[in-house]
Parts: sequence; structure tokens; C-alpha cells
Amino acid sequence: MTFQTMIIQLATCFLTTLSIFSLTLLGAVPLGLAVYFGQKSRIPPIRWLIKIYISIMRGTPLMLQMMVVFYGPNLLLGISVPKNWRFLAVIIAFIINYAAYFAEIYRSGIESIPVGQYEAAEVLGYSKGKTFFKIILPQMVKRVIPPMTNEVITLVKDTSLASVIGTVEMFTKAKQIAVAPRSPGMVTFAMAGLFYYVFNYLVAFLMNRLEKAFDYYKI
Amino acid sequence: MAENILSLNNIRKSFGTLDVLKDISISVDQGEVVSIIGSSGSGKSTLLRCATFLETIDSGEILYLGQKAAETKNGKAEYARDLKQFRSCFGLVFQNFNLFPHYSVMKNLMDAPVSVMKRSPAEVREEAVRLLKKMGLESKANAYPCQLSGGQQQRVAIARALVMNPKILFFDEPTSALDPELTGEVLKVIKELAEEKMTMVIVTHEMAFARAVSDRVIFMDGGVIVEQGHPEMVLGNPSEERTRQFLRNYQRG
Ligand SMILES: Nc1ncnc2c1ncn2[C@@H]1O[C@H](COP(=O)(O)OP(=O)(O)OP(=O)(O)O)[C@@H](O)[C@H]1O
Ligand SMILES: [Mg+2]
Repeated sequence: MTFQTMIIQLATCFLTTLSIFSLTLLGAVPLGLAVYFGQKSRIPPIRWLIKIYISIMRGTPLMLQMMVVFYGPNLLLGISVPKNWRFLAVIIAFIINYAAYFAEIYRSGIESIPVGQYEAAEVLGYSKGKTFFKIILPQMVKRVIPPMTNEVITLVKDTSLASVIGTVEMFTKAKQIAVAPRSPGMVTFAMAGLFYYVFNYLVAFLMNRLEKAFDYYKI
Repeated sequence: MAENILSLNNIRKSFGTLDVLKDISISVDQGEVVSIIGSSGSGKSTLLRCATFLETIDSGEILYLGQKAAETKNGKAEYARDLKQFRSCFGLVFQNFNLFPHYSVMKNLMDAPVSVMKRSPAEVREEAVRLLKKMGLESKANAYPCQLSGGQQQRVAIARALVMNPKILFFDEPTSALDPELTGEVLKVIKELAEEKMTMVIVTHEMAFARAVSDRVIFMDGGVIVEQGHPEMVLGNPSEERTRQFLRNYQRG
């Protein structure tokens, strides 16, 4: 296998990595907010469920969660799963896992907003909903960008965990190529590493730009 | 007879076992400026917070313009179902301003009237510009709170309260968070409002200011009103020993 073929194969599978990454963000960013609301629910059982969910997501390996989502429906519940279940299971596992972490980040961001902001809004007649969406949420977004940057960079690297249920993202592909006869061997891993590194560099750059975009005010 | 703007009748409020307000009654008429003084922990902020519904009273009555916002039935305070109309009667200026940091000065002034009260943006903007001019801040309309001094932020906060056209304005130690050299500009603005007969209730530690601006001074201690009356009387020649002691400590400290 030539170096060029190896790069092309890695790049093709990098698209899968990229879809896991972007679909996870697309799902987990809003779901995290819903989980946060669940934590604050007036109904105790909802609060308990959310608490248990978050503690499981944080207390067990994502790899294991992925296996449960992938094999669980069929082996435990006897449900016949759709053809593309492998990929769906990866996305579902990533979204519910990351939503739990995001919810915690949102919570600490929201709790760091001084109570005076709520009180000023209340006296001015803002409803609860308006207070949250107009006053609290925008300030929360600014506060959570640095911890979210960390999570997003971790996510880029975590996509390689999808390998455990046989999803052929870039890392799985690199493993396959490296052990194939007459392959570039270890160079493959170096190149995969480079892909991750460059992508993360870009992610960090964009998150930094986002942080700067909020510099027009201080909290 | 001047119109009654606010009546607080027999207000009681406790936090756990701590009785903070013990049967407080205050009535404020149109155009009156009332200052509340008292040592730390005497319940002054709690009183303003009860009047502005930031705390719920345990018992008593709260009336704005003669309408009951809260009353006591079977020993328990009950609030009117729709407090929104009552909230539009008053404004509150906080010790630490509580401006919205992500909004420009102009947006801080305009957002509540436009998005809450549904007033026309053009009309609100005109009013906001007028108020900023009055506060000496017309050049700061597009600035963000973090770009302003404490005194400027407090004047924006006063403008933000005024643009809602409140019938009464509450101040909770409006200059306590400010450097001494910045208190003057805020007190001057409040003094001007007093001259325009804005109805105000001001919790303050600035005795000279209270004396100059108020129609009535209330001295609170331990959750009760110890003494109230004309500023020259309460501050110049108090009849209660507790008031005298407070003022003595005050001059010393
Ligand atoms: N939310 C609360 N929970 C428990 N105790 C409270 C609460 N708010 C106030 N208190 C207590 O109530 C008492 C009166 O407080 P308040 O803030 O009304 O005093 P104050 O007269 O405004 O004092 P200061 O001059 O220091 O501002 C204090 O002992 C305070 O610790
Ligand atoms: Mg106070």
C-alpha cells in the first residue's frame, strides 16, 4: 500500500469521525440544556432520574455505555435493530454521555450568575422565561465557553472509542491499515495522530474566536 | 390630601427563627421622600425587599395606590394573583446596581419597557435619551456597564428604573458600593428627583443627605420603627434614646 492510498483511506474515514463529532455536538448541546432543566424540575422523581442518569454517565466508561446501547436492545430486549444501528448506537451513546457533562457545565455557569441579575429582572417585570432566555442564558454562554472548549477537544479524541463496536472511523481504519501486509505500518498511526492534532488545533482556534466574540462585555 | 402611593401595614417577616420585621407599618404619599436609617441588620433591606416582592411577607398588608397586593387571611399572607400590575408601580435601585452586563446602556434602559411592557421602541428610546441626558450620560448610550465607573453605573440603574415610569422609587443604599468621591454624583441625581417631587423611599447611611433630601426620616432598630418624623427632629433632636445612641455611634464611627 502506498503512502498516498493510506492517506486517502484515512481521510475518507475521517469523514465518519467528523460526523460522530458534529452529530454529537448537535444533539448534546441542546440536550444538555434539557437535562439541566430536568435537574431543576419541580417534580422530585424527574430530579432523581436525572441525578441517577448523570452519575451513571460520569461514573462508567463511554466505551461500555456504547456497548450497552449497541448490544442492549437486541440481547436484553430482543428488539431487532435497523441496519445502520451500529452508527446510530455510537451517536446515541455519545449524545447522552456528552449531554450529561454539558448539563453540569451549564449548571455551574448558571449558578455563577449573581442572584442580583434575577432580582433586577423580576423587579422590572420580566417573566421567568424571559429572565432565563434574555438575561441568564446569554451570560451563561459566555461563562461556559472555556470549559466547553475542553469538552469539545476531548470529544474529538473520544470519537476513536467508537472503534470498540466496530465503527470504521479514522482510528479503526488506522488499526486495520497498520496490520495489513506491506502497509506503511507505524507511519499510519503517526498520520492519524496528525489528523486529530490538526483538527483539534482548528477546534481550539474556533472556540478561541468564539470566546473573543464575547469580549465586548465583562461579567 | 395627597394620594397614597404605598401602604405597608403590620408587616412581619422572619427567616427561620430570626424575626427580622416585627409589625412594621409605613405609609408613603405622592411626592414624599422618606429616608430609612438604622444599624446593620435592623431589617432595612428586608423591608424594601418585602415591598418589592423579592421576599414574601409572613403577615401584614401591602397596598399600592390603595389596591391590595398582599393581605393576611387566617394569619397567613396571600398575594394578589397578578403581581405584574403592582410591579409596574415601583422601581428599585440596588446597592450594587445589577445592570445587565451583556446589554449596552441603551438596551439596559429599553429592554424591559419594550419587551415586557410592549411599549413602542421609538417612544421608549426618546424617553431613554432624555433620561440619560438628565443623568449626564448621553455620551454613554452605546457603552457597556463594564466600561463605566460605579457612579455612572448607578446613574444608569436609576435611569433604567425611571424609564418604566414608576409611581415610587426604592433605593437600597445607592451609594454604599461606591468610592467616596463618586457618591456625590449619585446623590445629586436623587436630590434632583426629590425636587421634581418623585416619590421615593431611600435606605441610606448618608445622614447629611437624608437630612437635606427627606420629608420624613424613619429610624429602624431590631425590626421595629423606633422613631419617625421630620429630618430635623429625628436627626437633630431625637426623642428616643436608641436613636440618640445610633447617631452618636454613627458620628464616632
Ligand atoms: N435570605 C435571608 N435568610 C436568612 N437571614 C436573612 C436573609 N436576609 C436577611 N437576613 C437577616 O435578616 C437580618 C436583617 O437583614 P437586612 O439585610 O434587612 O438588614 P439591613 O438593615 O439592610 O442591614 P445593612 O445595613 O447591613 O444592609 C440580618 O440579621 C440578616 O442576616
Ligand atoms: Mg441592607
